Amino acid sequence: MGREPWSEPRTRQIVTEHKGLEGPLMPILHACVETFGFVPQEAVPVIANELNLSRAEVHGVVTFYHDFRREPAGKHVLKMCRAEACQSMGCEPLVKRAEDRLGIKCGETSADGRVTLEPIYCLGLCATAPSAMLDGKIVGRLNEAKLDKLLKGAGA
Amino acid sequence: MLLEDKDRIFRNIYGFHDAGLKGARSRGSWDGTKLLIDQGHDWIINEVKSSGLRGRGGAGFPTGLKWSFMPKNDVRPSYLVINADESEPGSCKDREIMRNDPHLLIEGALIASFAMRAHVSYIYVRGEFIREREALQRAIDEAYEAKLIGKNNIHGWDFDFYVHHGAGAYICGEETALLESLEGKKGQPRLKPPFPANVGLYGAPTTVNNVESIAVVPDILRRGAAWFASLGLPNNTGTKLFQISGHVERPCVVEEEMGIPVRQLIEAHCGGVRGGWDNLLAIIPGGSSMPMIPAAQCQDLTMDFDSLVKLKSGLGTAAIIVMDKSTDVIKAIRRIAYFYKHESCGQCTPCREGTGWMWRVLERMEKGQAEKREIDLLFDVSKQVEGHTICALGDAAAWPVQGLLRNFRHVIEERIDQYQVAHRDAAE
Repeated sequence: MGREPWSEPRTRQIVTEHKGLEGPLMPILHACVETFGFVPQEAVPVIANELNLSRAEVHGVVTFYHDFRREPAGKHVLKMCRAEACQSMGCEPLVKRAEDRLGIKCGETSADGRVTLEPIYCLGLCATAPSAMLDGKIVGRLNEAKLDKLLKGAGA
Repeated sequence: MLLEDKDRIFRNIYGFHDAGLKGARSRGSWDGTKLLIDQGHDWIINEVKSSGLRGRGGAGFPTGLKWSFMPKNDVRPSYLVINADESEPGSCKDREIMRNDPHLLIEGALIASFAMRAHVSYIYVRGEFIREREALQRAIDEAYEAKLIGKNNIHGWDFDFYVHHGAGAYICGEETALLESLEGKKGQPRLKPPFPANVGLYGAPTTVNNVESIAVVPDILRRGAAWFASLGLPNNTGTKLFQISGHVERPCVVEEEMGIPVRQLIEAHCGGVRGGWDNLLAIIPGGSSMPMIPAAQCQDLTMDFDSLVKLKSGLGTAAIIVMDKSTDVIKAIRRIAYFYKHESCGQCTPCREGTGWMWRVLERMEKGQAEKREIDLLFDVSKQVEGHTICALGDAAAWPVQGLLRNFRHVIEERIDQYQVAHRDAAE
């Protein structure tokens, strides 16, 4: 994920790039997350203005979807599946372990800004439960050793 | 009798072979597609109708019939939208298709679009599926390159295929929410009617189909509706991807005939239930929204739409979650209830409030900290959520709770008794 600081001209540029699409708002927001790492509050009026939408409409879409984060995430994002199949295969103790190792609760970012731990409801990897995703890379058959390795790799 | 290899539609579901165009062609994809298209729009729809194919996304609506609802002479463009927002906990079939056999899907999309007179198709891939999106896009690029799809392609039907990706909202798997999301809005379901076949994407006629329903179409047409209809049970024809997870020795995704006994499915493909068949407590037959079925009813249970409906459950996506006797059923359902509370879009009051209400009661029931009369009250509340919302998320939240109360009432009562005994002792 790129992490350039937010700027208005860059936001306008992103909007212009996607404006020709049908239903351009979601692709634009995806691009914002890719570019800035999140959708800053300041970006909302700019996007609304460019697309001739109300700020409320854009705000509604940004807050509706989990993937459009509104604060910058840590350097690495670890998503751990906590849905039924993973739960039956023991994801909860693993989530607890990750929380303890990072000293945070699920949904928070570690104090040094290295790792964000988030729950996810089903990665569709139920056959190899419990599963997780680190920075877009999926991991199946998670166990304590594998989790420790992931956390170590993320620098925690 | 297990499904024979010759009758398999998904011949690369495990990704052992090349997922690219060359590999797909060697497995029979894109073979004679032009001949199928030359038979005409109505022939395709009739063939799909007579194959008995029922939608693979969960509701089991006959696919051919759904296609026939599309208007034939309309000035507006028609759209085919493919639902790849596979978010139901337990389901993991569409991702395998997109990753390992994407050409089945692309060919199916072309044929289905032609049948419904659509020149454009969108596929909505859930946000979490990153590798799947890449694999699919790669295959689409190959198909464009080979002039199989696109403008002036070799099949004589202009067809564009766009991949759209979601952003992490379960509700966007509901067809009208998906259309809203495609249009760039919040994924809140629309009131039906009007149905998407009349007023869908951008106000134009639209059909939304599941990935698996579309991917099986080319094979059905090539081998004939009669072949597909000869597999499975009457009214529940064909093959289906079953996904078994949870407490089995080897969880897997496997293509089998509809109507396979669940015991045979688990024992032949998954190495049996952990600790043996007698250690089975219950199964959830079709993804987390379907009511659970206790082990006693699993003995002779066949996996098809009709027999599961008879048990007040459903086939859903055929994602079987197996739970052995180590499972705390109340805790499991409490967690499912939390999931639906988390994913409720907030549009309809019964669902927005009811999902939270059911979850909070289950939180207490899990500890036994409840009154026995609350069991009936909870059932009553779930009935007030079910069927009183715009979309089926309300039903999906209510059914697992009802399944728990119907089948495991004694467990809840025991837990309440235990709690009361323990706390009476403490008080004395």
